[in-house]
Order: sequence, then structure tokens, then C-alpha cells
Amino acid sequence: MIVGSRKPMEEIEAMIDPFERIIVLGCRECVTVCSVGGEKEVGILAAELRLSRKQKGRAIDILEFSLERQCDHEYIEQIRTQVANYDAILSMACGAGVQFVAESYPEMPVFPAVNTTFIGVTEEQGLWTERCQACGNCILHLTGGICPVSRCSKSLMNGPCGGSSDGKCEVNKEIVCGWQLIIERLKQLGQLDKYEEYIPIKDWSSSRAGGPRKVVREDLRI
Amino acid sequence: MKSASRLEKVLEKGEFAVTSECGPPRGADAEVIQKKGALLKGVVDAINVTDNQTSVVRMSSAASCFILKGMGLDPVLQMVTRDRNRIAIQSDILGAAAVGVNNILCLSGDHQVFGDHPKAKNVYDMDSIQLIHSVRKMRDEGTFIEGDEIKGAPKLFIGAACNPFADPFEIRVPRLAKKVAAGVDFVQTQCIYNIDKFEEWMKGVRDRGLHEKVHILAGVTPMKSVGMAKYMKNMVPGMDVPDEVIERMKGVPKEKRADEGITICVETIQKMKEIEGVRGVHIMAIEWEDRVPEIVERAGLSPRPDV
Repeated sequence: MIVGSRKPMEEIEAMIDPFERIIVLGCRECVTVCSVGGEKEVGILAAELRLSRKQKGRAIDILEFSLERQCDHEYIEQIRTQVANYDAILSMACGAGVQFVAESYPEMPVFPAVNTTFIGVTEEQGLWTERCQACGNCILHLTGGICPVSRCSKSLMNGPCGGSSDGKCEVNKEIVCGWQLIIERLKQLGQLDKYEEYIPIKDWSSSRAGGPRKVVREDLRI
Repeated sequence: MKSASRLEKVLEKGEFAVTSECGPPRGADAEVIQKKGALLKGVVDAINVTDNQTSVVRMSSAASCFILKGMGLDPVLQMVTRDRNRIAIQSDILGAAAVGVNNILCLSGDHQVFGDHPKAKNVYDMDSIQLIHSVRKMRDEGTFIEGDEIKGAPKLFIGAACNPFADPFEIRVPRLAKKVAAGVDFVQTQCIYNIDKFEEWMKGVRDRGLHEKVHILAGVTPMKSVGMAKYMKNMVPGMDVPDEVIERMKGVPKEKRADEGITICVETIQKMKEIEGVRGVHIMAIEWEDRVPEIVERAGLSPRPDV
């Protein structure tokens, strides 16, 4: 899923400062699963904003609303009738959702309440960690199912570097060395000989290096 | 000969090679490099010039190499893949070769979080092994990474770093094998303090015959103080400093500890000369270049041979 974390209250307040009628817009997909931008978090943020405005002696009218997804036109349309009654939208979706809402309502200021952080997993309750950088050219079959692009701090294709120590990354001891994990997994699979296979210089054109990307499925297009 | 490198000639002649390094200054003053070069001239066979080491911005390695080259020295251009993509890397290689640089050391580089610009974006378009492969291709096949012909291929003697002490230990020999297969000519190791572990690694290297395929230069760094020894042990990733070394430094009066550090370094070099497959030594005297002549002299490695 896409994992995010909420922006600091001061930053959010500064964004919406000129406005008195806003929609706080949640998303029931990834950001609900990682407890940052779903219906519950919309309620919490709206309450915080109301309280803060009250303390400042300023009015605010907030509509709390959550969409099935903010990355699909059909759901974004559900708020069209309400949008006219408000000054701004504070989206709690990922960056894709925020932008898609803004594209649908070009006259309306749309602000992000969440920093989109990574594509990752729920490792434990309350702990999300990165697994994929969407490079567009998966090599997990070569590296024991562990991604060097996202798990190695330097994205080395032929790691580990000399900074790997006690299974930890040189960047800090909280980070597990991705290449240590790859080597352990290859060993478990009885494929440690694969370690010596040279992985050639990567074609990054399928990643962000190639500019904004798109996927076209002619079989699905109408 | 693959290049016009003095280092290559020394190694091919079967002489025990001596290299050292100099870190460029944090400013545009060429005199700093010239002074360091003058200290090492005639003392060592080649001088590594670090590339923004520990991710702290310094004068460029290529420009510093050019200054040293002008003084008649044989610089080793250190190049990390942290800051440049394949376009910039190949361009800098051509430029360095054009001004007479004969050696390159291919590195991934310390992560930028250690340096003075921790908010920087890193590049890592390629890794150190892919860099070795690319330079070898440029030199031997005369083509760029994507296959276009190079008019005037860069004739560089290709080096890499090698850390026998990093984890996991079991892949440390296979990792050298990977660098050898990619086309490396010489490697310089991480600073050696744990000689037993280094010997264990060298045995693994010999068992696979890798010492016949690559020139291994053992890395040494003299300690200036107990504080430095402790820092190296605890704060530098991939560094193995046994407690005995720290105890030995502590065992002498404070004012004699720097000399003790030099003596330990000389003794380590003497031990390295006895290990089968070690073809030279790389002395990394960090901001202590003025003591390198003494270390080389006391280790019985001067004068350097004529080649």
C-alpha cells in the first residue's frame, strides 16, 4: 500500500489560514489502512482544527467527508454538489489523490494534509516499512525476493557496500542492511552461488528517470 | 601494459608497491594539494586522491589529480558513484585520462548522511562493481556504456576498495571475485588492525586463486591517539579495531601515543610483506601525510624502485 504520515498541525493550519469553509476529505484506501487519512482521522483532524480556531476566536465551517478512493473520477464526483459551498479542500489522501481532486475541481484550492512517504507494508501494529520504489523494472527474482533498490540505502545492484556492519546499514543502526537480507535469503534457498552473478547497470528509464509514467491497456480502453 | 601507470609498472615488475592518499582541501587553494604532494613525492608509487570523502564537499578529485600530475606524481582518481550519473562519470573519466591521470579507484562512496550536506539527493545510477565494468569496457573495448565508439579510449589502471572486515564475512571473498570478474586490476583494502581476520580472508582469497588475478594492496592507517582508535572502532562502519590495539596505545604515556601509532603501523606493514598474495601496501595517514616518509622508511620500503 501507499503509506503516509500526517503533516504537523502548524503546517496544515498555515495552509488553510485564509479560509473559513473547508472540506476535510478522507480516502478509504491505503491511507485508511495505515491510519493516516481515513474517516477516523478526518474526524480527529476536523476536531483539532475547530478547537484551534475557537481558541483564536475565528470561525470555521468544516465538512467531514470520505471517499471510497480519491484516485478514481467516479468517487471524486460524489462531492461535486457540496464543493460549491466551500472555499477549500484539505485532502488526507496520498499525493495522487490530492492531485486528482485538484484536477477535478480546478477552481478550488486543494491542500495536502498528509506527506506521502512510500510503498510499504504493515510490519507490525503501528509500524510501516518501505518495500518498493516502483522502479518499473522488477528484479526480485535475482535477489532472493528482497529489493535492493528500496532496501539498500544506496540502491546498490551488487552490494553490500563496506559499510554493512552486524547486519545493519552504515546510515544508522535502525536500518537492516538490505544486502545482508538478500544474502541470508539466498542461503536459505540454497542459491548463494547467485550472489556472484553480476547484475548489469540498471535501465532506470522505466523509473522516474524517464519522466512521468503511464500504463495503457488497450484491451480495457473504451 | 594496460596503462602508463607507474603503479601498474611497479606491480607488474613484482615489486612490493606503496601507495598513499591525500584528501583535497575544503577550498580552492591549490597550494594545499601541492604541499601534500611534495611530502609524498618519491616516497610512494601512487597517490589516491579522495572524492568528497565522508560526503563532505572538497576540491574535486579530478582537479586535484591534475595538480599532482603536474608535479610528476602518479595520482589515483578516486571516483564514487554517489554524486554522478553515468553521463558525468564517463565524462570525468575522459577528462581525467586526457590530462594524464592513469589510475582510477571505483567506489560507491559513503552515504551523504555522514557529510556536511545530509539533505542532498544521492545518485547511485550505478554501483562500484558496475563502475569497474564500465571503465574496463571504456578502456578495453573502446566503447561507452551504451556501446558507442570512443575516439581515444581512456587507458586507466583500474582499482577498487575491498573490505575484508565488513559483514557478512562469508561473502567477502566472493565479493572480491565479483570485482575481479568485472575487470579490476588492483584493490586497496580497508585499514587492517585485526591481522588474524585479514589472514583468514587472504587464505580464502588464495584458495580461489584470486591473488593471481588481482594485485592486493593492504590498507593501513596510523592511529594518532586513543581517542582516534576508539572512534575508528565504534563510529566507523565496517572497521575492525581489536581491543589489544587500543590497550597498547593506552599503555604508553600520552605524549608518546602518536609515535606508538606509527610503530604499530610499521609493524603491520612488515607483517603484510610476509603474507602470500599481498602485493603492496596502501598507507592512509589521515591529515598526517608528513609522517608517511618515516613509515615507508622504517618499513624497509624506500627507496622506491625505478621503473
